[in-house]
Amino acid sequence: MSLAALCAALMFFGVVAYAIFAGADFGSGVWDLLAGDAETGGARRHQIDRSIGPVWEANHVWLIYVLVFMWTAFPRAFAAMITTLFVPWLFVGLGIVLRGSGFAFRKFAETLRQARFYGAAFAASSVITPFFLGMIAGAIASGRVHLLDGRHPDLLTSWTGPTSWVGGVLAVLTCSFLAATFLAADSHRAGDQEMANYFGRRALVSGVLSGAVAMIAIAPIESDAHTLADGLQGKAAPFVAISAVAGLFALWRLRAQRYARARVGAVIAVAAVVIGWGVAQYPDVLVDHAEIGDVAGARSTLYGLLIVFAIAAVTAVPAMVWLFVLVNRRDWADDAHRAPSAG
Amino acid sequence: MLAVSASQLLAARDQMALSLGFHIVLSCFGVAFPTLIYIVHRRGLRGDADALLLAKRWSKVAAVLFAVGAVSGTVLSFEMGLLWPGLMSRFGDVVGLPFALEGIAFFVEAIFLGIYLYGWNKLPPKVHLRTLVPMMAAGVVGTFCVVAVNAWMNSPSGFHLVTAADGTQRITDVQPLTAMFNNAVWTEFLHMFVAAYMVVGFLAAAVYASGMLKGRRDRVHRLGFTVAFAVASVGALVQPLIGHIAGMRLAEHQPVKLAAMELATTTEKNAPLRIGGILIDGTVRAVIEIPGISSLLARGWFDRPVPGLDQVPKADQPPANVVHNSFQIMVGIGTALLLFAVFFWWRRRRNRGTDRDLLTSRRFLRLAVIAGPLAVIALESGWTTTEVGRQPWIVQGVLRVKDAVTPNGGIWFSFTVIAIVYAGLATITSRVLRSMSRRWRENGEVDLPTPYGPPSDDPNPSGRAAGRRGVHA
Ligand code: HDD
Ligand code: HEM
Ligand code: HEM
Repeated sequence: MSLAALCAALMFFGVVAYAIFAGADFGSGVWDLLAGDAETGGARRHQIDRSIGPVWEANHVWLIYVLVFMWTAFPRAFAAMITTLFVPWLFVGLGIVLRGSGFAFRKFAETLRQARFYGAAFAASSVITPFFLGMIAGAIASGRVHLLDGRHPDLLTSWTGPTSWVGGVLAVLTCSFLAATFLAADSHRAGDQEMANYFGRRALVSGVLSGAVAMIAIAPIESDAHTLADGLQGKAAPFVAISAVAGLFALWRLRAQRYARARVGAVIAVAAVVIGWGVAQYPDVLVDHAEIGDVAGARSTLYGLLIVFAIAAVTAVPAMVWLFVLVNRRDWADDAHRAPSAG
Repeated sequence: MLAVSASQLLAARDQMALSLGFHIVLSCFGVAFPTLIYIVHRRGLRGDADALLLAKRWSKVAAVLFAVGAVSGTVLSFEMGLLWPGLMSRFGDVVGLPFALEGIAFFVEAIFLGIYLYGWNKLPPKVHLRTLVPMMAAGVVGTFCVVAVNAWMNSPSGFHLVTAADGTQRITDVQPLTAMFNNAVWTEFLHMFVAAYMVVGFLAAAVYASGMLKGRRDRVHRLGFTVAFAVASVGALVQPLIGHIAGMRLAEHQPVKLAAMELATTTEKNAPLRIGGILIDGTVRAVIEIPGISSLLARGWFDRPVPGLDQVPKADQPPANVVHNSFQIMVGIGTALLLFAVFFWWRRRRNRGTDRDLLTSRRFLRLAVIAGPLAVIALESGWTTTEVGRQPWIVQGVLRVKDAVTPNGGIWFSFTVIAIVYAGLATITSRVLRSMSRRWRENGEVDLPTPYGPPSDDPNPSGRAAGRRGVHA
């Protein structure tokens, strides 16, 4: 594997991590939106808060990691991607602002009315953000982003093709699926079986829907994104298969109300499909327009990135593991919401 | 690159300036607030209940401020590409390394923030306290890295520019470490880092000073004030020195910027320090001049020449009035805050053993309230000085701003959206914080229940959630 390809792999590692961890956070926002009125939804929103409260900022940093790796390792591809997809990126940016601040504000809202307002901002932007990220992925995967080279990019049609729509819808659905299994497992651990089953049922529905949409999506992808389709049926086929098997396993465990197991299946299913996308478009950074080797930055910088990654592996990663271990402890699951009681 | 209209360029600059100006205030909290919390938390663990109460309240304030800081920072990293693709596509690999390292700092900060915020009463107290240390370290590293990028734009190094026969330029021989440790990085980093501590210290002190003005003279207020003011004072003492060193670096490496800061139209020996003043049609008006001082400050002695704006063609000169005045505001405020800090500690010492107390003086407290916003103004004008003083270059002497800006139209639109959203965010943030502090006063408890659902005993669903309540339906 060449140095540039290694950097691409490290960058893509961030994409996968973001899809799983931030994906579950986004999906939690979707369920927050659908949790019902204040009367019935209060306890559910509370569970959502306590599941993502300690981790959402850390999970969010994966996006920054990906952006920074991309502009450092593949500067021209980054400039083309973000300039061409200017409009969806604006929506993503807006969504991220409203989502993070809405979530933080709600936690300290004074009245129910204010909490509703902030909560609505958080929940609605939890749908918008992954949707547009999915559209962005679809635009790149269908070869609609080319290097700038003095040409004006197509600001509208570049991200509104069939593959983009598939990407957007699938992103929202898989985030919801992931989140519901996470929330079911968390509620179960906190000892609230009723809540666990509530989210478990939603995990089943959104899981089945994700699978169904993925099947239906084959047709538009075949006609719209040849390179991606070829890859998914060729070198990436094993990942598609793994994803399907893991997804079925998750559904099977969900039915049996074995939520911790189901969560493992859901994570593998989503990770595999994202990795499959990466493998399918390899060695292109921008499908059909820019290969890894053509747009890679200076070698010295690529070596630098490897070192940065190594530093992260010994600093940030152990810290992250500790965070996840902590939030999965029973005493944290019970009352992670109850911050300090005075004294 | 494609031709870009002047109006579009202005929109892009304004959008960048607005989002940076917004983020930088919040990021100061990310840098310096963990230290303040650490100080009171440590004291609290040694038996001071008031200090522990402060630590708990401050950690909740941090939860709000850090969230807004993180999302506004994310917008910035989008904007580096959305607004300046010409910079990122050419130099992304030159300056990418500090950005990537900064990513690690963000991870560390966000992870330990989560652990700290939710770790109350769950982690062993000492371990819990120590989770603040990585956050402080991340503040140092993060500031260094992001400022390194800005310093590189002021003092580019670590690459070669090769111009081919047909005029196209190519960048070769990239050395990311040389780029990162460029000539401007140390002064800029130290200056920014200290500024962060000053901003947070003076703002927090201002909050408690205004509480004391309203008659809340309990020990919590006094302690909160004193800790914050002490931290800010240390910053205020060293900041002018660092700023001075930064100015001397400019004399050597960015003389045009210095000329704009000093409003020097031509190169002069015995260059005067100009206070006030505005440049109209090439002549300086309404100015007080103190001969020789500028030479002394920037070059080390009275008779050494300070270069003027005329060293470069008009097209390469920055808008001197903006640069000069923002520089004056910063230095003026910096000097005032230094004197204010010295005054406080001197009087405190003198009052020891007597029953006189500066914290009961309304005049002093009013000044302390003003010091908070002043520190923010100094911060913003400092950035304006460096940034506008670099114009028309985005990378000094290498790349012009107009060659880096996005070819996309519609920036006025995105600028307007951002302006509206940030205005709303600023309003709501301050509303939420004030409502938190009011409820803390009223309930006497730190823990604020979140009104996820209507209280079971309250028929009016939008009524205020009272007291601590089970939220399970
Ligand atoms: C790491 C990069 C970085 C950082 C930390 C800052 N800036 Fe900046 N700023 C830029 C990177 C930049 C830039 C992208 O390089 C711009 C756009 C055009 C230019 O020349 O520089 C810029 C332009 C720019 C302009 C427009 C100048 C003009 O149009 O003449 C203003 C007023 C500011 N900035 C103000 C700020 C403020 C208030 C900051 C912090 C509080 C700040 N900058 C931090
Ligand atoms: C072009 C300039 C800048 C960019 C692109 C940028 C980018 C970012 C990003 C992406 C984040 C979010 C990280 C997260 O999710 O936790 C962030 C947060 C942060 N930034 Fe910046 N930033 C810039 C300027 C600055 C400056 C000048 C400082 C230092 C004084 C700074 C200090 C911080 C800190 C401490 C945080 C942590 C978030 C918080 O707790 O408030 N940033 N920044
Ligand atoms: C008397 C005191 C001060 C002097 C002599 C001084 C001097 C300077 C100089 C010469 C620069 C330009 C550096 C360059 O472009 O390379 C600068 C920038 C700056 N100043 Fe000051 N300054 C003073 C006080 C302050 C205070 C009190 C604050 C904030 C609380 C502040 C915040 C900044 C910031 C944020 C920048 C831009 C970034 C940087 O260079 O780090 N300064 N200052």
